[in-house]
Amino acid sequence: MWEFLIPLFAATVQSGTPILYATLGEMMTEKGGVLNLGVEGILSVAALAAFWTSLATGSPWLGFLAGGICGMAFASLHAFVCISCLGNQVVSGLALTILGTGLTHYLGVPYVGLSAPGFTPFDFPVLSQIPMIGDIFFKHDMLVYISFVIPFIFWFFFKRTSLGLHVTATGEMPAAAAAAGLKPIALRYFAVLTGGFLIGLGGAYLSLAYTHLWTNGLSGGRGWIAVALVIFAFWRPGRAVVGAYLFGGVMAFQLRLQAYGTNLPSSLLLMLPYLLTIFVLILSAWRGRRVDGPAALGTNIEPEG
Amino acid sequence: MPLKIRKRDEPWKWGALVVFLGALLFSLFVSALLIEGQGKDALHGMMVLWQGSFGNLWALEGALLKAIPLFLCSLGVAVAFRMQIWNIGAEGQFALGAIGATWAALLFPNLPGVVLLPLMFLMAFVFGGIWAFIPAFLKLKLRVNEIISTLMLNYIAILLLDYLVFGVWKDPASFGFPMTPEFSVNAIIPHIGSNRVHWGLLFCAIVGIGLWAFMRFTRLGFELQASGEGARVAKYAKIRYGLLVMFVMFLSGGFAGFAGCIETSAVLNRLQPSLIVGYGYTAIVVAWLARLEPLNIAFASFLLAALRVGVENLQLELQIPAAFGVIMEGMILLTVLAGQFFLLYTLERKQRQD
Repeated sequence: MWEFLIPLFAATVQSGTPILYATLGEMMTEKGGVLNLGVEGILSVAALAAFWTSLATGSPWLGFLAGGICGMAFASLHAFVCISCLGNQVVSGLALTILGTGLTHYLGVPYVGLSAPGFTPFDFPVLSQIPMIGDIFFKHDMLVYISFVIPFIFWFFFKRTSLGLHVTATGEMPAAAAAAGLKPIALRYFAVLTGGFLIGLGGAYLSLAYTHLWTNGLSGGRGWIAVALVIFAFWRPGRAVVGAYLFGGVMAFQLRLQAYGTNLPSSLLLMLPYLLTIFVLILSAWRGRRVDGPAALGTNIEPEG
Repeated sequence: MPLKIRKRDEPWKWGALVVFLGALLFSLFVSALLIEGQGKDALHGMMVLWQGSFGNLWALEGALLKAIPLFLCSLGVAVAFRMQIWNIGAEGQFALGAIGATWAALLFPNLPGVVLLPLMFLMAFVFGGIWAFIPAFLKLKLRVNEIISTLMLNYIAILLLDYLVFGVWKDPASFGFPMTPEFSVNAIIPHIGSNRVHWGLLFCAIVGIGLWAFMRFTRLGFELQASGEGARVAKYAKIRYGLLVMFVMFLSGGFAGFAGCIETSAVLNRLQPSLIVGYGYTAIVVAWLARLEPLNIAFASFLLAALRVGVENLQLELQIPAAFGVIMEGMILLTVLAGQFFLLYTLERKQRQD
C-alpha cells in the first residue's frame, strides 16, 4: 500500500508545482482587479523562453529567470490593452492565450525533441530524513522548494505590507483608492506584471523540471485549471496550495494508472483533470456562497473628463 | 508634450473600420517580421500569403469551404456574447455536433438522404445544444463560472471524440487508424455543381437570415437584445433572465453543432480527429472582430478563412509553420481591442492652467 501511495504523493507535489505557480500568479493579478485569461498562453511562451535560454546558456537558473521575465513581458501586453486602452479583459486574455500558444508552436518547431539542462531532484538536507514527509516533500528539485516558500511570501505581502494593502484596495474600489491618494493604474500594472512573472516561473518549471524535453502543447490546459483554482481558493494562498496539489494528485494518479496498464481507455483517464475542474467549481460555489472575488474584478478604470 | 484623455462627444463614424484596418496592417507588418526572422524574404512571403488567400478560384473555394464552419460557430458564440454570457465552448460543441451527426449516419446508413440529412442536422443541433446547456445550467443554479466550464467541456468533448474513434466506432478496415467507416452516400451533403463548395453554404445563409429575423421581429429576440444590458436590466423589463440564458446557450451550442455536422458530412465524409482544427477558438476572434453583428460575421469569417488558406500556401511553399495563422489571429484581436480605445476617447494636448 505505502509503496504505491508514497511515490504517488511525491509525484503529486511535483505535478502540482507548475499549477501552484500559475495559480498564485493569477491570484496576484486578480487581487489588483484584473482578470487575466491569458495564463495558458503565458505558461507556454514562458516554458519555451526558459527552455531556449537554458539551452543557449547552459544555465537552468538563467532559464528559470527568463521564464519569469518572459511571463512578465507577455502579461504587459494584457496590462496595456486592459488598463491603458480599456479593452475588454475577457477577450484580451483569450487573445493572449491564442497568441501565446500560436507563438510557442511557431517558434518551438526547431526544438521539438531536444533536451536542455534542467533541474534535477536532490535530497534536501535534514528534512528529507523525516519519515514519509521527507519522501513526499523533500526529494525534489530546487524549484519545488522555492514553491513552498512563495505562498508564505504571498500571504505576508497582502496581510502585512502597505503595498499589498494598496493592491487589494485597487482590486476592491479603485475610485476610493484614487481618492485616498493611491495610483490605481500603476498598482494594477504592478499586479498584472508580478502575476505574469509568477505564471512565467510555472511555465519554466514545465520545460526545465517537469519534462526535460521540448514538446508542443506542454501546458495542456494547466493555465485554465489555475484560473479555476483561484475561484476555488477564494483568493487565499493557502487554499491555492491545497487546490494545486489536488490537481497534481489527479494528474499523477491518471499517469500511474496508464503506466500500470489498466483496461480503461486513456482518453477517458485524460478527462479526469478537466472533469475535476468543473466539480471543484461546483463545490466552491456551493460551499462559499458569500465569498466573492475582488469587487472591481473585471472592470476597467475609466479615465476622468 | 503632456496629453489628456477626453471622452468623444459623438461616436467616430468610420472608427470601427479604421481601427480594424489599422490592426490588420499592424499584424501584417509584425507577421512579415516573423517571416523575415525565419530567414525568408518577407515581401515574397506576403505575396505567397495573398496568392494563397485570394489569388485564384481554387483559393477562393477553399476560403468559402472553411468560412462555413467558422460562420456557424461564430454566430453561435456571438448570440451568447450579446447577452454577456461568455461561451468559450464552441470547439467542444462543434465536436459534439459531429458526434451526434455521425451517430445518426452510422445507425441509419440506408435511410434516403432527404430523411437522413435532416436527422443528422437535428442530432447535431441537440448534441451541441446540450453541451452548451450544461454550463448554462451550472451557471444559473450553482453560480459556476461559464468561461471555465465551457472551456473544460472543450477538452472533454475532444477526448470523447478520441474515445469513440479509437474504440467503439473505429472502422475495422482502417488498418488501425482512428476513424469511423466512411459515411454512406445518403449521409453526405452534396456539392454545388462540379464545385468543391457544398450545399452547406446555402444552409449558412438560411441560418444567418433566420437569426437576424428572429432578433428583429420576435418578442424573444427583443428580450435577448435587452438582456444584453445585463441581468439587472432584464429583471426590470420583466424578462425571465434565467430561462433566456438557458435558451440562448442551447441555441449557441446548436449552431456550433450544425458546423460539426456539416464539416463531418461534407468535408471529411467520416468522423476522425483531424476534424478538430480550432474553428471554435477562431470563431471567438471572428465574433469579436465583427462586433457581434450577423452580416459582419459573414465577412469576418470569410476573411479569417481566407487567411487560414493563405497560411496553408505559405506552409507549402516556404515551410512556414502552420501556427503562423494562429499568431496573426491573436495579434489582430489584441490590436483591435487596444484600438477600440479611440472609438470612445480622443487624446488632446493638455491646456496649460494659469
